[in-house]
Amino acid sequence: MKLTQISVFLENRKGRLYDVCSLLGKNNINIRALTIAETESFGVLRIVVDKSELAIQTLRQNNFVANLTDVVAIEVGDKPGGLAGILKIFADSDINVEYMYGFVEKFSDNALLVFRFEDTDKAVKILTDKGVKVVTRREIEGL
Amino acid sequence: MIWKKEIECMQPAELKKLQSDYLKKLIPYIHSNCPVYKKKIDDAGVKPDQIKSIDDIKRLPFTTKIDMRDNYPYGLFSAKDKDVVEIHISSGTTGNPTLVGYTRYDVSLWSDVMARTICCAGGEPGETIQIAYGYGLFTGGLGFHYGALEMGMKIIPTSSGQTARQLKIMQDFKPRVIACTPSYVLYMAEEAKAMGIDPAKGNWKIGIFGAEPWSESMRKEIELVWNMSATDVYGLSEIIGPGVAQECPHKEGLHIFSDVFYPEIIDPKTDQEAKEGESGELVITTLTKQAIPLIRYRTRDIVSIRYDKCKCGRTSPRISKIKGRTDDMIIVRGINVFPSQIEHVLLGIKGTQPHYQIIVDRKAHQLDEVEVLVEVEEKIFSDEVKKLNELSAKIKKEIEGVLSIGVKVTLVEPKTIQRSEGKAKRIVDKRTI
Repeated sequence: MKLTQISVFLENRKGRLYDVCSLLGKNNINIRALTIAETESFGVLRIVVDKSELAIQTLRQNNFVANLTDVVAIEVGDKPGGLAGILKIFADSDINVEYMYGFVEKFSDNALLVFRFEDTDKAVKILTDKGVKVVTRREIEGL
Repeated sequence: MIWKKEIECMQPAELKKLQSDYLKKLIPYIHSNCPVYKKKIDDAGVKPDQIKSIDDIKRLPFTTKIDMRDNYPYGLFSAKDKDVVEIHISSGTTGNPTLVGYTRYDVSLWSDVMARTICCAGGEPGETIQIAYGYGLFTGGLGFHYGALEMGMKIIPTSSGQTARQLKIMQDFKPRVIACTPSYVLYMAEEAKAMGIDPAKGNWKIGIFGAEPWSESMRKEIELVWNMSATDVYGLSEIIGPGVAQECPHKEGLHIFSDVFYPEIIDPKTDQEAKEGESGELVITTLTKQAIPLIRYRTRDIVSIRYDKCKCGRTSPRISKIKGRTDDMIIVRGINVFPSQIEHVLLGIKGTQPHYQIIVDRKAHQLDEVEVLVEVEEKIFSDEVKKLNELSAKIKKEIEGVLSIGVKVTLVEPKTIQRSEGKAKRIVDKRTI
């Protein structure tokens, strides 16, 4: 089950991250997971939210450059070696992870991690085959 | 010394006769050898035999950078291809570069005006000159080289860059004359200090600086830090390269070699002659050049002119330092930069829009830095930083390929580039020159 991530281009300027977050907050959109990839002059904010359609519309209306990317959220046992176990599956199946980051909160005893794969469909198939629990869209919306 | 005293100190009436003689020969030569000019002259309703004196020049049409671009490469040549012995190419405003060519005579003319230039600055035959203008397609290096050769100077052709080596050569060979861009000589002063060399005890006593705008305050700074006389040289490759005009040690304007490069100052809006002393666009006619003689070439440089005799004895008219431009060209490290060049690059890269801004800055005693801001559009935006970095590297590489100078490319959010009256402000020049 794929989830939608929203990526937003952010100039390296004071208050830009605040601008995005407050805009989402005003529209009653809740951020579930978040990470920022930064360079010297700009950053890319990546978020998973409860209402992704509304979020991207709102961002674009407010002149932010944003796009949608398919990602997969995986429940990982919150114990030593939990993540390693998942990564082994990817390594064995020749699946490339572009980047990954954690959820803001957990909603079970497991940790939640967002993965962006080179080939998302292939990754989802492998995960399903291996019986790994992936988070559904409904779960994200209802968190 | 005055290199060509009989010309440079000529009585105005005699000079006018010489200019008239040259123009009378030039127009039939161009008319019969260059179809593009033939058409221009015919379209202006002028017959070559109607040009009898230099005053008739006003009847002739102007030549612009657009003419150079549209007739690239050989359209404006009056000489036969086999008689062209050297060509130089500089970047044009969009697409086509500007090509300039020289016959053997043109090279000797260039050598002559450059010898006049170096002498006018205070250089003497037998002295050593370090030429730190770029050699190659840029006319700066070779122009000085030819002039110094003509004079019988000892030439050290260092070309630009490699500052530590420039300074070592200065110390080891004691050249009295240095020729480079004014910002580079200030940069070298900083480097010298960092290397433990006191610039005030340096060997350069005369500097010939040009290819970019510089001010009286920069002159004071250069003269103080290097303990030298800093003079201004003017030229443009379309006319010949450096060697169009040069300051003498009195520094009250640049002596223009008007016997061969006939100057007019016009109001760029009305195309009418400006009054003596008033600022306007400098228009130059090359009276004796063979390969690409230009009639009333619009330099787009704003200057004023004076015709009184100088304390140095020269009677040649003097133009002021460049006061501005009639177009949006800026000069960075001696290179002409037009915003349209950058627009052209962005239009050529898939997915980018030509929403950009050029920021030119010069930190104290450093070389000019160029930053190009490019607005990121949704089409090219990616969640992967790697791809955005690849994009900005591609833009950087292509711009540098066109401009031949290093630039920094920064991606910015859309609609963040300052727009004034609906039109984006393309250039922010933060330099205090």
